[in-house]
Amino acid sequence: MASQFEIKGIHDGLLITVGDGDWADFRQALLTQMSEQEDFFRGANISIDVGEHSLKAAELGSLRDKISEQGVMLRAVISKSAQTNELAQTLGLETHLAKPIAERSGSAFDTSIGGDEAMLVKRTLRSGNSISYPGHVIIVGDVNPGAEIIAGGDIIVWGRLRGTVHAGASGDENAIVCALELTPTQLRISEEISITPPQKGTPPPEVASIKDGEVIAEGWEFHK
Amino acid sequence: MAAKVITITSGKGGVGKTTITANLGTALASMGQKVVCIDADIGLRNLDVVMGLENRIVYDLVDVVEGRCRLRQAMIRDKRTEGLFLIPAAQTRDKTAVSPSDMVRVCDELRPEHDWVIIDSPAGIERGFRNAIAPADSVFVVTNPEVSAVRDADRIIGIVEAEQKGPAQLIINRIDMQMVQRGDMIGTEDIVDLLAIDLIGIIPEDENVIISTNRGTPITLDGKSRAGEAMQNISRRMLGEEVPFMDLTIQAGFLKKLFTGGGSKNE
Ligand SMILES: Nc1ncnc2c1ncn2[C@@H]1O[C@H](COP(=O)(O)OP(=O)(O)OP(=O)(O)O)[C@@H](O)[C@H]1O
Ligand SMILES: [Mg+2]
Repeated sequence: MASQFEIKGIHDGLLITVGDGDWADFRQALLTQMSEQEDFFRGANISIDVGEHSLKAAELGSLRDKISEQGVMLRAVISKSAQTNELAQTLGLETHLAKPIAERSGSAFDTSIGGDEAMLVKRTLRSGNSISYPGHVIIVGDVNPGAEIIAGGDIIVWGRLRGTVHAGASGDENAIVCALELTPTQLRISEEISITPPQKGTPPPEVASIKDGEVIAEGWEFHK
Repeated sequence: MAAKVITITSGKGGVGKTTITANLGTALASMGQKVVCIDADIGLRNLDVVMGLENRIVYDLVDVVEGRCRLRQAMIRDKRTEGLFLIPAAQTRDKTAVSPSDMVRVCDELRPEHDWVIIDSPAGIERGFRNAIAPADSVFVVTNPEVSAVRDADRIIGIVEAEQKGPAQLIINRIDMQMVQRGDMIGTEDIVDLLAIDLIGIIPEDENVIISTNRGTPITLDGKSRAGEAMQNISRRMLGEEVPFMDLTIQAGFLKKLFTGGGSKNE
């Protein structure tokens, strides 16, 4: 599955980069993942980078329709093939990624930097609460045991993280989880799982990430 | 007079809601307040048993809601405590016999002539719980010092907030002083820290509770027990008095924090 395509959170939705394999396999794998992770994709904006693939009108049109049946919008198709670009335009799709507003207004010395889409939640998540979002999730408050966050990107908790979190839920191994007090019931990044050993006292703020295939938590000042 | 409606709820079952409802009702009435306790646990009624009024039930809450009697007729007067009434639950019906708006209507009818309406909620987060919190002005969430009870309390507090009945106030029941001192029980401080709401009562484990429940005599009536005293303290706090928490543990620092952090009052 992972070899067919890659999903990444970008500032206005999700960017799916298609591998070199067969188009039909990609299409199948994408639709399967979308129906399995319905909550994750719902309401998302998708851009697909098809790379070298050269597509027929029927292939692109039917993919767009299938995707919209899942409540997801296909916004752009990025391609190296002129024919595919033209086709995308006739279907009313964009052919390049939207630039963040700051970049668009570019002055001679542009000191602004782009960023990614994130959801900011300013409250404590209690047992039974759950958040699932394709981008990054930022909580200002605690995440109590029994609460759950599933994010396509990073998870940042300005408070105590004691519930269950899954960062990089669509396969991004570079996702991180950080919290002022990182003592989750369970923490997952991409496919890797870690369970916090019981701790004494209050730990310092920490960042969890995957290093050499394992989830590692380290003090925030060491994570660079 | 305009009664305040307080709902006693918990999430997890068996943590002491019914015991606390009966005792707060009795304690408030013995301080001269006019109080109605309502058993909202339709189908599993037992507030009447704990209050020792079972043998006097003629009509119940469902009879009122379905128009078979007037509200007055379903209110059982407690002869031991002036100013205390009980509206019992129906034994033979299920929770769908009453709706949240029925509860609001019943309480609105009680408000003008009473000081307090205290509703004993069923466990869980189903219809019976929704009925119980619908008319509430304030919600007291009861928990035991036990991981699963605290987890459910957290869930309930979230729902109470979402229903805009919050912030709820917390009662921790069945604190075992010996176990706390041995370090074998989750401390009050950890519970308050996690749930992050105001504490209005800490009630110790006390075998007199079971004895008085079996007799149908609320424990606040017999004066001498620690649990009875703790519940009397809660009712004094409900009346706006500043009452220090009972010294149940040996940690002085922790008590100091509760004094400042949890001295919640009802105006
Ligand atoms: N502080 C206490 N010390 C000792 N026993 C207690 C205490 N509080 C409650 N109990 C006992 O715990 C049991 C359950 O109490 P109670 O019926 O009040 O709980 P509840 O929350 O109303 O239960 P349910 O969810 O079934 O309605 C009873 O046997 C009661 O006597
Ligand atoms: Mg009960």
